[in-house]
Amino acid sequence: MLKAIAIRVLLAALTVAIGGLLSAVLVRCAPGFGVDERQLDVRLNSDSREAIRREAEDQRDISRFYLQSLTRMVHGDLGVSPSLNRPIRALMAERGPVTLRLVAIGLALSWASSVLLVLGRWTLDFVWFDTLGRLISGALLCIPTAGLALLLVMLDLPAYLAMALVVLPKSYQLLSSLLGAAASMPHVISAKAKGAGAVRILGWHMVAVVRRELLALIGVSVGIAVSAAIPVEALTGTPGIGQLAWQAAMARDLPVLLTVSLAVIACTVLANSGADLFAGGQREGG
Amino acid sequence: MKPARVAATVVVVIIGLLCVAESLLPRFDYTAQDRLECSSRPTGKHWLGTDALGRDRFARLLHGTRVSLSMAPAAAAVSLCLAFLFGAVPGYVGGLSERAAKAMIDLMLAMPWLFLLLIARAALPLNTSPQMSVAVTFLMLGLLGWGVPARVLLAQSRRLRESEFLLLACATGVSRSRLLVRQVLPNLLPVMWTQFWIAIPMFVLAEANLSMLGLGVAEPIPSLGSLLKEIESAMATQSYACSFSALLVLVVFVGSVQIAFMRKEVG
Repeated sequence: MLKAIAIRVLLAALTVAIGGLLSAVLVRCAPGFGVDERQLDVRLNSDSREAIRREAEDQRDISRFYLQSLTRMVHGDLGVSPSLNRPIRALMAERGPVTLRLVAIGLALSWASSVLLVLGRWTLDFVWFDTLGRLISGALLCIPTAGLALLLVMLDLPAYLAMALVVLPKSYQLLSSLLGAAASMPHVISAKAKGAGAVRILGWHMVAVVRRELLALIGVSVGIAVSAAIPVEALTGTPGIGQLAWQAAMARDLPVLLTVSLAVIACTVLANSGADLFAGGQREGG
Repeated sequence: MKPARVAATVVVVIIGLLCVAESLLPRFDYTAQDRLECSSRPTGKHWLGTDALGRDRFARLLHGTRVSLSMAPAAAAVSLCLAFLFGAVPGYVGGLSERAAKAMIDLMLAMPWLFLLLIARAALPLNTSPQMSVAVTFLMLGLLGWGVPARVLLAQSRRLRESEFLLLACATGVSRSRLLVRQVLPNLLPVMWTQFWIAIPMFVLAEANLSMLGLGVAEPIPSLGSLLKEIESAMATQSYACSFSALLVLVVFVGSVQIAFMRKEVG
């Protein structure tokens, strides 16, 4: 178990590091990188301007730039946002909880709706619940996240509903197909034949079989929700990390983009790894 | 073939034909401005009205659909080529390359790719031409969207590697490269075809998301995503029916592709 945890942590750290490197490469290649507008300040003397230019020159080496950024981050210094002129750490501390709340409520709502639809199908044996679920999830899959967010703004509905509607089709379809596969297993058919109740069959014979996959699905849905945070927050005016990333992209605020992408990759990888580890523990525990 | 699948295929073909017809009809110029009729309601001259700059909404819808529908398959082809390279080939070769490919695919799947797209798009020069923005947007989608098809192709080619007919062919002395081209590739084609059709709506939706955020296809070239931005202005002008036409085309196209071409036996 410890070995599995160690490998998983190592892989997660490696993924975050490579993701960060990828972001750093993109940031480094962006036009305007290393150009400091202070160099145009006529009040500064030539030595000061030269010092600023040398500081920018130091960052031209991609590996050095990335290592310097990582070292600063490890020491808690995330730098200053050139576009918002504020410390990135303060921006993240302000906006992080907003995104977390949005993602948490959205995920809770989408999973609750998926479970309700699936419960209706398997415990009450209402086939039309399944049809309804398929119709809703199929329709929602055809609408871009940003479009959904905009529609909800027009209808004056909260942003977390958009998040829930983005995750719902995937969570419902995967949950439904998992339980559908479990329903055709011999032990479930046997339990039905022996007259076990629908709730008992679902809880003891179906969910128990697919609990590992369910945990993995929850991890996957966190990734979907985090990705959806950008369009949802940007278009609904929610002041979270997603909106910060969008504003940074529009203003070419590269330090903010690098920090936000590292934070988001870390969140996604942690959620996936956590779900995998927990599922692995369940497997070992029987 | 099920009736729903036939109907969906017909819808996709009609949308495709309309896009082709757009270039043959000189009446529909998506850049022409009618400055006397800005933000007008539908008329005999402008079937879906005009936007704030006096451009014909119907012409822009046709051209936008054409842009999205011609570039999304190109992006899907790019991602499939990469998926074949990083999924099917290592899966067939096996050993260390397979393990490395698996790690790389896991890495790609673990990354929130909308964030990467956002960074990559922000890294483009401000003076990027509209034509270049179309090409770059869809190229990025293709370059970042190969994770899922690669995983499917890797699993499929590994299954083929362990199949009896390939073992027999190996035993008769056929070279591995010849086997890859003559046996593995034809057997992977149905799966690749399915993945191709799965990728198209995915890329159309991703482009729509990027364009709605102002980071996709640049003006004056329309795309389904950039046209969706008009929904925002619809709130002010109350011209909902016309502004939602792009969303309607998008939903109908994506839904039809999903019904018509996606099969359950994906993996």
